[in-house]
Amino acid sequence: MSLITTLARLEAVDTGRAQPLATVRHRHLSDRPLVLVPLTTAGEAGAPLGALVGTDRDEPRLLVVPQPRDRDLRFAFLAELADVVLPYIDDHAREVEAAERSETDPETGKRVKVEVELCAEAAQLIVPSRAGIDLVRLLGRSMRFRRTAEQDPEAPHPAPPRVPLLGRWFTHYGERARVPGSSLLLALTDVLSRHWATGQSTLEDQHLGALLAWIDPPDGGSGAEAALRAELLRDAEGQLVCPPAGPATDPAFDNKLLAPAIERYDRARTALAAAEDGVEADDRLGELTAAERHIRELVASRTRPTWDAVWRGLDLLRALPEGPRAADRWTRDRWSFTGHRDRVLAGEPPQPRRDDAVTAANKLATREREQARLEAQEALDDPLVMAGRRLAGEAFAGEVTDVVMAYGEGKRPSPRPLVTVRTDDTPHLGERVKVYRSLGGKPQAAEFVGYEEDGATGAGTSPPGPESTSGPGSGPGSGSGSGSGGTLVVLRVLDRMGRGREPEPGSVPEKGDLLCFTLFEHEQRGGAKLPDPEDTPWTHGGPPGGTDTAPQPDAVTDEDIL
Amino acid sequence: MNKAVLASALGAPSAFGQSQFAFMRGNAFEARVKADGGAELLRLVHEKLDPGAEPPAAGAVPDLTAVGPEGRAARTALALREAGATGGWTLLDHPLLTLDVAGSPAFLEPDAVVVHPDGSWTVVEIKSFPMLDGSADAAKVGAAARQSAVYVLALERVAARLDPAPEVRQTVLLVCPKDFSNLPTGSAVDVRKQRSVTRRQLDRLTRVEDIADALPEGTCFAPDLPAAELTAAVESVPATYAPECLSACELAFHCRARSRARGAVTTLGRSLRAELGSLASVDEVLSAARGTSGDPTDPTVAALRRAAALRAEALGTRTTAPARDPARGAGNCATSHGAAAVNEPQPARRTAGRSGTTCP
Repeated sequence: MSLITTLARLEAVDTGRAQPLATVRHRHLSDRPLVLVPLTTAGEAGAPLGALVGTDRDEPRLLVVPQPRDRDLRFAFLAELADVVLPYIDDHAREVEAAERSETDPETGKRVKVEVELCAEAAQLIVPSRAGIDLVRLLGRSMRFRRTAEQDPEAPHPAPPRVPLLGRWFTHYGERARVPGSSLLLALTDVLSRHWATGQSTLEDQHLGALLAWIDPPDGGSGAEAALRAELLRDAEGQLVCPPAGPATDPAFDNKLLAPAIERYDRARTALAAAEDGVEADDRLGELTAAERHIRELVASRTRPTWDAVWRGLDLLRALPEGPRAADRWTRDRWSFTGHRDRVLAGEPPQPRRDDAVTAANKLATREREQARLEAQEALDDPLVMAGRRLAGEAFAGEVTDVVMAYGEGKRPSPRPLVTVRTDDTPHLGERVKVYRSLGGKPQAAEFVGYEEDGATGAGTSPPGPESTSGPGSGPGSGSGSGSGGTLVVLRVLDRMGRGREPEPGSVPEKGDLLCFTLFEHEQRGGAKLPDPEDTPWTHGGPPGGTDTAPQPDAVTDEDIL
Repeated sequence: MNKAVLASALGAPSAFGQSQFAFMRGNAFEARVKADGGAELLRLVHEKLDPGAEPPAAGAVPDLTAVGPEGRAARTALALREAGATGGWTLLDHPLLTLDVAGSPAFLEPDAVVVHPDGSWTVVEIKSFPMLDGSADAAKVGAAARQSAVYVLALERVAARLDPAPEVRQTVLLVCPKDFSNLPTGSAVDVRKQRSVTRRQLDRLTRVEDIADALPEGTCFAPDLPAAELTAAVESVPATYAPECLSACELAFHCRARSRARGAVTTLGRSLRAELGSLASVDEVLSAARGTSGDPTDPTVAALRRAAALRAEALGTRTTAPARDPARGAGNCATSHGAAAVNEPQPARRTAGRSGTTCP
């Protein structure tokens, strides 16, 4: 946590309200996201108990597993989930636009442009909390190796059709969620706490109800008190008034309400199976239906508050304008979505249990690159994020006080103007350090020449005095005008001035301009290309063995929980 | 002392509790692992930890029942001594060990301890979280390793009393369900690091007698005392709350409320103390940031004021300057009224539920 974030948190403690951490929204939100609020059974590896799912905030679809230990009921749940999620994904997979991608021509080895399809919009999945993302991954892992009756008629316990496909999509979404800045699968608590600082610890921010209470307290009261109520308030029966966002349930709910309800359901089912004639069976079927309805009501009562909270959180986020560069990251998400769609259409096998060396290295490199991209783009989009970078000495802002035209020493003299910037920031500038500013959306590079003292021409590469490095603002009145105080930084502009001897108009800063330079690059370059999986060197395990063998399904036993 | 009851009496009941589903599942899995005289468990220990030894045909499972915890602990020590002499595999199901914690004995009950044919001992921990494709949740494995390390320490105490002292293996066996099935699978976990950390922490713990000596005469923690008296009694024992306490201690909500009331910055996380130096309370930090208190030559105070100024500037100029050109027109000082004035006419931010500027 940077000092500026810490300060925002302390201000939140002081005011009792969450404080902004961003002035724009740094994640793309689809117009029609699919919200999934799952619940699981305690103690089982992600065995679903129920879920609310849908794209319409007023009409969520309720899915319930009345007896989570029953495989058939669990499969029925997953099949229903697939019936909601897959059509939503298909809707997005159909709408395409033409795009270009450069590929290496296999014959000539040259890079050529290829016309490809890009989905116009990707399906966006939203879960309440980070644990929800883990559950999506887990469900993906459990479903993608299942065999349906069609694929393998001999296997016991075949999965309903489309369940393995849902598993592959969930796996893809879970994997994509690990890429920094991606928005295919979002945990609402993560996105909210990216944009607001609350007066509680990051650990407590994982509670969606408490987090929302800080950001938007009901009736405009104190956020701190509302958060405490959301976290701890219980009704007369000892149940939390604001149920946890899941997927785990509150033990008090399990023990007092859910366990008796499931027991009643089990009894009704046994009784129905033992019924001897039609009339008796009718009665007992009625009891079974009532028991099931009771469990459905219980699950609905625990998921509906979270469902409403998720949509309220989305409203809050939508009120922020989207950061200009968030769209660029969303385009990458669309590429990722399209790529998976194509792999599914091409009939490729499900993602393997373990990545081979090349795939793993590629994933890691992608995450590192996207992390750097995210940090740079957020700072460029948002002055508040940039303020944090300026505080850390990774950027500086100021007014141009002087521009001197100069030329490079090459055969063809090219413009290399010297720009003096007065800044109150304390960037970590070393000799010939490159700095960047945004010029029409593209980065313009400059290099650090030296510091200049007021009125003096002699420039050195060390700051003129310790007073100015300790930062203005330490005394009242400093920095009240743009002409006094601060450090004078001399920069040599290096590019984006056109090909001619005279720089193109508007490409060189002018006196009086207010500019912000960063010490980090605005655009990330990809690293060295990795070999194809078939060319994995033996030092890294060699080519993946038997690439054409499809992964085997998990062994199935009678006591499986998922 | 029952801290959960105490917490309820203080008006800040703990949120701990176990779902009966989790409880049933844990027990069912453990029973399955230990079925048939622990054949499956011994097979896993042999395979994962001691493949050189003879395969376990039928392990001995001594009876460890006795009256009272001391009796059971003594029975466990005896069974361990006898098992070493047989030269075969022995499984101790739920033995009872003692460990000296801050000067008073604590009783510990590992899931199982296995005696190898070479006389060495291994701690076995059975957990019901799954091991998916050979890996399990790192946080849960870490917790299990810390737990097992305490058992290893306790076993070492028992071993030290024997002659020759048998080896207590520093690698424990963690048994979990495999993938999504109910079949057990095991993994060797090296707990040397956790063991030495725990040992150092135990050595450094203030002894219970010393804490008791420091308390005022007549301090009592009986939950039926009036709340005010009880609160005063609990207050007499110093506690340093941090958010991590929430997942470990029944009294955490009480301590959190006190910590918040005091305005301690660690309520938001331990790392804040490192960042904020000597400024320990929220008010101190904020007044230093606003320039009304604090020593401007203190680097922390200077950095805070700089942070406050930059934050006010970024928030205040949002509508007056393009996003990429943070202008400095609003001034650099957080307390500047200019910055506050710029902030006011922004209806969009109200609807976003934020309170806008924090400047007075």
